[in-house]
Amino acid sequence: MAVTWRAALVSLLLFGTFIGVWHLATRGGGPVASMDPEYAKLVGATASQGKSAMPGPADVGLKIWQHLKDPFYDRGSNDKGLGIQLAYSIARVMIGYLIAVAVAIPVGFLIGMSPLMSRALDPFIQVLKPISPLAWMPLALYTIKDSSLSSIFVIFICSLWPMLINTAFGVAAVRKEWLNVARTLEVGTFRRAFTIILPAAAPTILTGMRISIGIAWLVIVAAEMLVGGTGIGYFVWNEWNNLSITNVITAILVIGVVGMVLDQVLARATKLVTFPE
Amino acid sequence: MTDKFISIESVSKRFPAAGGGSTTVFEDLWLSMARGEFVCIIGHSGCGKTTVLNILAGLEAPSDGAVIVDNQAIEGPSLDRAVIFQSHALLPWLTVMGNVAYAVASKWRFMNRGDLNRQAQKFIDLVGLTGAEHKRPAELSGGMKQRVGIARTLSIEPKIMLMDEPFSALDALTRGTLQDEVRRICLETGQTAFMITHDVDEAIYLADRVVLMTNGPNAVLAEIVENPLPKERQRNDVHRHPLYYGVRNHIIDFLVSRSKNFADEMAGTNYDRRHVPVVRPGTPQVSATRPASLDSTDGGQARSPMQVVADFPTSSRPSLAQHRA
Ligand SMILES: Nc1ncnc2c1ncn2[C@@H]1O[C@H](COP(=O)(O)OP(=O)(O)OP(=O)(O)O)[C@@H](O)[C@H]1O
Ligand SMILES: [Mg+2]
Repeated sequence: MAVTWRAALVSLLLFGTFIGVWHLATRGGGPVASMDPEYAKLVGATASQGKSAMPGPADVGLKIWQHLKDPFYDRGSNDKGLGIQLAYSIARVMIGYLIAVAVAIPVGFLIGMSPLMSRALDPFIQVLKPISPLAWMPLALYTIKDSSLSSIFVIFICSLWPMLINTAFGVAAVRKEWLNVARTLEVGTFRRAFTIILPAAAPTILTGMRISIGIAWLVIVAAEMLVGGTGIGYFVWNEWNNLSITNVITAILVIGVVGMVLDQVLARATKLVTFPE
Repeated sequence: MTDKFISIESVSKRFPAAGGGSTTVFEDLWLSMARGEFVCIIGHSGCGKTTVLNILAGLEAPSDGAVIVDNQAIEGPSLDRAVIFQSHALLPWLTVMGNVAYAVASKWRFMNRGDLNRQAQKFIDLVGLTGAEHKRPAELSGGMKQRVGIARTLSIEPKIMLMDEPFSALDALTRGTLQDEVRRICLETGQTAFMITHDVDEAIYLADRVVLMTNGPNAVLAEIVENPLPKERQRNDVHRHPLYYGVRNHIIDFLVSRSKNFADEMAGTNYDRRHVPVVRPGTPQVSATRPASLDSTDGGQARSPMQVVADFPTSSRPSLAQHRA
């Protein structure tokens, strides 16, 4: 318990130091030289007051507060609330990810339970797995002809492999003695799959799902930067074009928080199905 | 015993060896068991006892030969042949109740939940685990786990019980109780039992016949010791039977010295794998070539204790006292 509190204290201290340094580093250094006020107005505060182009923690804090107050506004295609953009991204990740779950787990079972299928599918998996998901993007855009569906496809393809490989591995690694119990009890294939193999492999499968959701969240940002339109990735890119570094930093923070939440949800689920031995 | 309920016929088992060849665990093994019989097999670690049991269970296919049960060659595992595994093999994600109920539900697929739990509870109580129903295997001691395994096996009321050192992890008291229970259930339900054990006293208390297996690789069944104890026996006074020490010493002699050099011992004799010699220690050899399947109703109770004392001087007894202490 004491360690927890002390760790929290150290975390807080580190955070405070970081904010402090950030603040000092981006604080304005006063007017650089006397300047014609008209001209100063023209070049902006950055040049006229020696203020850093980097926003300080106060600017970002204010921005976050504004976004939190009104996350869902929609003023045309280039000005939507952070909440709306996030919702688009999360929805795409969820759809692509769930389709991947629906494909990866049954196919993983097949590979894990059948040495024949394992050997037969192995070369395909070995070649397809190392392909960067974004490399599929042009092909997806060309065939699907829809940017949103293409990013969903990219999410699907990137979340597929870790789940597929972990499921196959978990299923193949089920302890022989448990399978022997099922055999001596004359348990049928389906009942065996659901009552022995699934619970035995569940921790490994969920670990794969956790890796996948992490990758999917990494990839969605890049994919949306590429295809544009909506989503948190597009938001980041758009704000970069607007030179609104405050918004970019805000988005980075939000991406981190959402990624953490997704990861924690799966970590909890993994814990639920893990059995002590 | 003209009735060969279980018959192992010329069974061999070879495993691929590291260098590309193969190691023969045993070869051309013959053994038969009558219905309702209790057979124990004793042999040193690694000689192939578990392998024999797995073949009987149908979990492993023999490299050669066949196992006939009730006039039919077995093709795989069956609910009629229940196995108590050497390694407990409990499902760690289920509770004690869950593990036993899983077996019950596998046997009686359409039993309702109430009956199912009652049947499971009955056998959990029997092995003395009342109160631990909702514990997971990880929360149990080794002996408790083994008892769950025993409850799981008994709960499906099989025809044949195959037991791989079922009592080895138990303390003496629990072991005694469970030996009594298993024996009672086997007798009451006419169970045919095949049990691997390292405990000579346990073998003599439970078995009708004790099979002695030589060291591997290429293990053979050296002898079948017929137990002279009457079928009606009491744990507390089996050791008072006049032939008890004779049997016990014979088996220990085998384990200590003969199991290693059995091939030399048999060289030049008419040892026949198909008709493993049957012996009744404490009495003259019955017949070296007598088929194992022949009957032996009275275990030699009529013989006088004097003869035994003469055969096995009292000096050999302290080791026994030590062992039991
Ligand atoms: N899957 C396998 N592959 C290769 N060799 C095996 C395999 N299973 C068993 N063996 C070998 O077969 C022999 C007999 O093994 P088995 O498990 O039957 O011994 P055991 O008599 O039951 O020993 P213990 O009393 O220690 O349980 C051993 O030498 C073992 O190395
Ligand atoms: Mg063994």
